[in-house]
Amino acid sequence: MPNNERTSGLVSARLPQSDYAERFTDLHPQLDDHEAQVAADRCYFCHDAPCMTACPTSIDIPLFIRQIVTGTPAAAAKTIFDQNILGGMCARVCPTETLCEEVCVREIAEGKPVEIGRLQRFATDTLMSKQVHPYKRAATTGKTIAVVGAGPSGLAAAHRLAMLGHDVTLFDAREKLGGLNEFGIASYKSTEDFAQKEVDWLLAIGGITVEAGKALGDTLTLDSLQSDFDAVFLSIGLAGVNALRADGMDLDGVEDAVEFIARLRQSTDLSTLPVGRNVVVIGGGMTAVDAAVQAKLLGAQTVTMAYRRGKDRMGASVYEQDLATSKGVSIVYNAQPVAVLGGGACRAMTFEYTAEIDGTLQGTGEMVEIAADQVLVAIGQKLVGAPQGLTIEGGKIAVDVFGKTTMQNVWAGGDCASGGDDLTVTAVAEGRDAAMDIHAVLMGEG
Amino acid sequence: MADLTSEFCGIKSPNPFWLASAPPTDKEYNVRRAFEAGWGGVVWKTLGEEGLPVVNVNGPRYGAIYGADRRLLGLNNIELITDRPLEVNLAEMTRVKKDYPDRALIASVMVPCDEKSWKDILPRIAETGCDGFELNFGCPHGMAERGMGSAVGQVPEYIEMVTRWCKEATGLPIIVKLTPNISNILLPAEAAKRGGADAVSLINTINSISSVNLDSFCPEPMIDGKGTHGGYCGPAVKPIAMNMVAEIARNPETHGLPISGIGGVTTWRDAAEFLALGAGNVQVCTAVMTYGFKIVEEMISGLSEYLDEKGMTSVAELSGKAVPNVTDWQYLNLNHVTKAVIDQDECISCGRCYAACEDTSHQAISMTSDRVFEVMDDECVACNLCVNVCPIEGCITMKTLEPGDLDERTGKIVSKDYGNWTKHPNNPSATAAE
Ligand SMILES: Cc1cc2nc3c(=O)[nH]c(=O)nc-3n(C[C@H](O)[C@H](O)[C@H](O)COP(=O)(O)OP(=O)(O)OC[C@H]3O[C@@H](n4cnc5c(N)ncnc54)[C@H](O)[C@@H]3O)c2cc1C
Ligand SMILES: Cc1cc2nc3c(=O)[nH]c(=O)nc-3n(C[C@H](O)[C@H](O)[C@H](O)COP(=O)(O)O)c2cc1C
Ligand code: SF4
Ligand code: SF4
Ligand code: SF4
Repeated sequence: MPNNERTSGLVSARLPQSDYAERFTDLHPQLDDHEAQVAADRCYFCHDAPCMTACPTSIDIPLFIRQIVTGTPAAAAKTIFDQNILGGMCARVCPTETLCEEVCVREIAEGKPVEIGRLQRFATDTLMSKQVHPYKRAATTGKTIAVVGAGPSGLAAAHRLAMLGHDVTLFDAREKLGGLNEFGIASYKSTEDFAQKEVDWLLAIGGITVEAGKALGDTLTLDSLQSDFDAVFLSIGLAGVNALRADGMDLDGVEDAVEFIARLRQSTDLSTLPVGRNVVVIGGGMTAVDAAVQAKLLGAQTVTMAYRRGKDRMGASVYEQDLATSKGVSIVYNAQPVAVLGGGACRAMTFEYTAEIDGTLQGTGEMVEIAADQVLVAIGQKLVGAPQGLTIEGGKIAVDVFGKTTMQNVWAGGDCASGGDDLTVTAVAEGRDAAMDIHAVLMGEG
Repeated sequence: MADLTSEFCGIKSPNPFWLASAPPTDKEYNVRRAFEAGWGGVVWKTLGEEGLPVVNVNGPRYGAIYGADRRLLGLNNIELITDRPLEVNLAEMTRVKKDYPDRALIASVMVPCDEKSWKDILPRIAETGCDGFELNFGCPHGMAERGMGSAVGQVPEYIEMVTRWCKEATGLPIIVKLTPNISNILLPAEAAKRGGADAVSLINTINSISSVNLDSFCPEPMIDGKGTHGGYCGPAVKPIAMNMVAEIARNPETHGLPISGIGGVTTWRDAAEFLALGAGNVQVCTAVMTYGFKIVEEMISGLSEYLDEKGMTSVAELSGKAVPNVTDWQYLNLNHVTKAVIDQDECISCGRCYAACEDTSHQAISMTSDRVFEVMDDECVACNLCVNVCPIEGCITMKTLEPGDLDERTGKIVSKDYGNWTKHPNNPSATAAE
């Protein structure tokens, strides 16, 4: 008998083969021309638009929407890319409900914002599908810059630097570029290999030498980079994960959520991926939601997200929580992990209910056991592999507002650097801004 | 419920909503359905001479402009008068009138500008049982080149002459349809009256090019790579039409001449506005071409509700209500001072009012870093632009200063007296107080 949702243990192919493609399709499908016109018509072209202020990369939203209205989506895309070269990915992954769309005046007026993210995707997809790169490099400056880490932050920095005429070498520990765009973002947000297509499109600017499979720390040292290059930009993200201290963490079936997602993102045949019948996800952030939803989409019978604090404290937005529950995930609030149970393979997990008393989280003594043949831990990532000599602040590389670290000619941005939220769009903004500062310093303007 | 029955230059209809002479009134099939839908009357698509009918282009005949969400705001057409034989139209009109005796059936006519043509055709058409005639002096394209339509409508003497022939040829009411493609609408209106017209109807369409194809560099609608001007109609022309209606209604020479208001009527409200400005009824074309016959239901219910609310019992009571308040600029009270006021509870902080006021000439709206917008009374000239651009209806209103209040902009106390430009000290030709 073929496997189904009720087959016990960690097994693959819980669904008919034909179901996978449909289940993992775009969360927000691309708008067609007509839908884009209708959506774009709603924009009021606000003065000093609040949406633009809320966008970490400050995209001129009213302008690009007006360009869509007037039938020039390529010009709209250019407006977007001028500020955010990864505007295509951001259109797919930004939690717009807490960024631009949250402050859209039409959200205030009628609880329905202009669909900025989807319009952004409409514009960027239109231009990117033409397979042309819209920027040209400036005359070469002869300056060389090492960018370490090819996630959104590194890619944005490399592109901006190359555009300004510098010669960039882009290092990444992995063989594939893109960082979490390629390995982390939920598959239903970035479908059809968009992350790689975007990397290829971005690199078409020229002037960027890719050194994949080269990790800072092995043969590559910051010292050598500092002597070989005029400037260094570190964008190594958060390569480590926080460990959960609970009994039974060594049992089979217990895994970090980021690894689970990376495996899923790299899979070419989702039916070969094992997933539990009863999956428990620990954590309350975006990663936890993504892991839970994708486990459910893979055919798990039950998926439970357990978060140690209350709903209002959860890192994932209300929108994302609703997305999870709409996909059949149940969320248990105020439950802290105690132990994973089982022999060899995990079978269940126990939690203790909590309450927040005088601002501190305390166990109430009341216990609950949740069946689990797979446990995914999503309690946050942490910085590993930061070179010696850099000042670390709150677990991140300390930088000033321009992205400068405390070391001469070394900048950092994205998740690995202090300041800003851990979001794709913020990583892009920080990469771009650091690039501008590097440019100013190298060209003697800074 | 208010009685919508209307009597327009002696022609009765169950409501004041008529279909204008145009494609919706082109044939029996349409007109029957229009009457079933509730229209009070129709002006049949303009009839021409006996013999071979005119031919229309066989490519697109309409062009359009749009508002947000692709709402059709203006339509441009290059259609001619009926392209069906006269006898066919007359037979159909006869049948329809017989089946709908309570509805108004008006024959629109356009024949060459000679006495015989007009005098021959009117009695023939009258045999259909129609209630009156509308003389089409308005069509701006195709027919004008043949010396008809607006070619006649632009020459007051011709209007007077043709109207007189028609009055001699029939006892039925004669409505003269005016073209707006003229600098002073009063001249043709007065000419029609002199010729004995029982009423005027206006406006016909306005010469226009609605859009240009930027690939083939040709006006739309494009026929084999060429375009021509057409006639513009729909919501966009309503303000122009209303002004012309009001001018005729308040002109002493033409005051009292029944007016059928046409141009952009789309809802009951548009109709009510035309009526208030002196129209006795209204005619509709584009709105029906856009939404179909059914809209008359909304017009009927809306106008009745409005009349009830105002305590009016008939359409006639509304007709002309606003005419006494239409005046010339020079008689407007310059001592009337208002200020824009933003309702902070309604404001959604879009900043449109700010951009408008700041980039126009008054700089009277302040903006804080947390996007609070306020009117500065010492700068506001009360132009109303912010009210017009604000996306939230009722969010910005105009507050009238009371006599004795200080106008912070001018530093002057608001006077209780009426004072207009004719007496204003800045006016070099001001007449001294009488
Ligand atoms: C599961 C998951 C889902 C997420 N979903 C969203 C979302 O929907 N929307 C959103 O806005 N954000 C989301 N985020 C956050 C977002 O992905 C990150 O904020 C963003 O990718 C940070 O970009 P970055 O360039 O700083 O780092 P990363 O994307 O992490 O890229 C770092 C790169 O550096 C490389 N690297 C690491 N160490 C070294 C080394 N020593 N030497 C050389 N190279 C190295 C890595 O291989 C990687 O390519 C999600 C994060 C996770 C984990
Ligand atoms: C396609 C079309 C054809 C028209 N044909 C005639 C016509 O044959 N005779 C006429 O008097 N007016 C004709 N008109 C003008 C209309 O009767 C009316 O005066 C004008 O469209 C303004 O009204 P509206 O804004 O409601 O459309 C035509 C209008 C259109 C759009
Ligand atoms: S806030 Fe909303 S309506 Fe205003 S410019 Fe931005 S998207 Fe448009
Ligand atoms: S009424 Fe005119 S001057 Fe006054 S605030 Fe509004 S836009 Fe400015
Ligand atoms: S236009 Fe209206 S809604 Fe927008 S800021 Fe001004 S008052 Fe507020």
